[in-house]
Amino acid sequence: MKFEGRVWIFEDDDINTDLIFPGKYTYEPLKSEEMAKYAMEDYNPDFAKQVKKGDIIVAGKNFGCGSSREQAVTCLKYAGVSAIVAKSYARLFYRNAINSAIPAIKCPEAAETVFQKKPMKISIDLAQGKIFVEGQEFFFLPLDKQAILIFEAGGLVEYTKNRLIREGG
Amino acid sequence: MGNTITENILANHMDKQKVSPGEIIECQVDIVMANELSAVLAIEEFEKAGLNKVFDNHKIVLVPDHFTPNKDIKSAEVSKKVRDFAKMHNIVNYFEIGRGGIEHVLLPEQGLVLPGDLVIGGDSHTCTYGALGAFATGVGSTDIAAAFATGKVWLKVPEQMKCIFYGKLNKWVGGKDLILYLLGKIGVDGARYKTIEFTGETLKELTIADRFTIANMSIEAGAKNGIFVPDEITLEYVNQRVAAGPLTRRTLNQVIYTSDPDAHYSETIEVDVSQIEPQVSMPHLPSNTVPISQVGDIKIDQVVIGSCTNGRLEDLRIAAKILQDKKIHPEIRVIVIPGSQQVYLDALTEGLIEVFIRSGCVVSTPTCGPCVGGHMGVLASGEKCVATTNRNFIGRMGHATSEIYLTSPAIAAASAITGKISSPVDRH
Repeated sequence: MKFEGRVWIFEDDDINTDLIFPGKYTYEPLKSEEMAKYAMEDYNPDFAKQVKKGDIIVAGKNFGCGSSREQAVTCLKYAGVSAIVAKSYARLFYRNAINSAIPAIKCPEAAETVFQKKPMKISIDLAQGKIFVEGQEFFFLPLDKQAILIFEAGGLVEYTKNRLIREGG
Repeated sequence: MGNTITENILANHMDKQKVSPGEIIECQVDIVMANELSAVLAIEEFEKAGLNKVFDNHKIVLVPDHFTPNKDIKSAEVSKKVRDFAKMHNIVNYFEIGRGGIEHVLLPEQGLVLPGDLVIGGDSHTCTYGALGAFATGVGSTDIAAAFATGKVWLKVPEQMKCIFYGKLNKWVGGKDLILYLLGKIGVDGARYKTIEFTGETLKELTIADRFTIANMSIEAGAKNGIFVPDEITLEYVNQRVAAGPLTRRTLNQVIYTSDPDAHYSETIEVDVSQIEPQVSMPHLPSNTVPISQVGDIKIDQVVIGSCTNGRLEDLRIAAKILQDKKIHPEIRVIVIPGSQQVYLDALTEGLIEVFIRSGCVVSTPTCGPCVGGHMGVLASGEKCVATTNRNFIGRMGHATSEIYLTSPAIAAASAITGKISSPVDRH
């Protein structure tokens, strides 16, 4: 499956979960769609207003460091972000991304090229593990086996549900 | 080749002899913990998926501690959902306010985490429990929802990193200074996806509270877990807690896990602690650490002493020792937050609370409030705060232009008196 998306360039390293989803909103019993309104508020206040379905975030090292708050992933997913490409991820963000079935791709070469060339759009082929940036191809490693199962089920909850049914529990 | 303590614990929780870094495994958990914020999302996921039975009502721990006592209607609704879920599923270890505290102070204190356990928590600072020789790591709400139902978690076996502390500690230098120093050295992704196993001769000098502080902030280096191999100090603490705990879950594990002599580490860092003076982590990253002597003249507006990092009795003792018979600076406010009801009670009995109140501090009920910019000490624009908490990200404690300086309770208390970031060394 290949898809193309507009690019948001977040060139900084260590963009933390407070910047992605401020802690002051974590106590509100928000629906996922409402979380999207606060996405990136303290980093790029225009993001939530301007993001469109299918957009791709390209970020630096250690994206999503800090809190375990899953809203950091959920708010981006429901803001319409189709994938994130970063030089690397903090483990909690990466884990939450798998559990929520949103592609979080580690590919430092592609990220660096995007930072330099600043393309309007890039394409990603998840099945083939390729990112296309202005005619250049970059490869990324596919997910581990169990992570793929979770991803393909549509997230960890669906995966768990299917499994409990399968096991007769 | 042998195993590290982390690898031994993980292998044991999936009935294997050996696990290897990078491998994805599925483990049985001993405790699934959530605060009201992670719990409420987990409960929603749990119910949305039509799951209706928890795997074990004794192994789920729910602690409303972030926006409690509830600051407004929205947060009250969140707590109510969690309380209702606890009641419906007969969750034995649900800790109502007034009978609980901050999750990572509370669980060890209640004897709910033991050496060798595998604990997941819906909070990034779950890694705190590694101080007891448990494998403990933070996960998201979806993981919590799944574990509520299955008692299982998928994990990637982390690479193993060793941090050796050697040398003698200087006066006023404790766990907080060591971990801030380490963060300064390796950076906020220096241990990304890895275990940090803390070891070395200095450990003998570190109280259990110091070790909780160190393990707690392993996540600030990106670590999956921080861990200490249990020693006499650990076992003395754990035995006391198990004996005192009204909710004693079980007796000590038969096996105390250690690291095999031939265990493999991908990296080893050595730190000569005799070279370390009290540390300050400057805005806006925990790794932005400098020794107190190089901080310069920084006037502050607020001091917060508490949190899952430094809200234990030992921390309050240090602060009270410095604040004894002193007044805090007239232009600042100081908020002291005991980490649990038990810490509060012990501090009261020891006379520490009186010291704080006489010196002009606010003493709050246990809560994570200010550390997450929630309530009980949120910062206005441009304000500067010295905090014994764990994160100084932009906007973390309030306005995006406010600044947080992370320190030990000793520096926090010394700064409370002078109204600027100050060394306890000059004064005491």
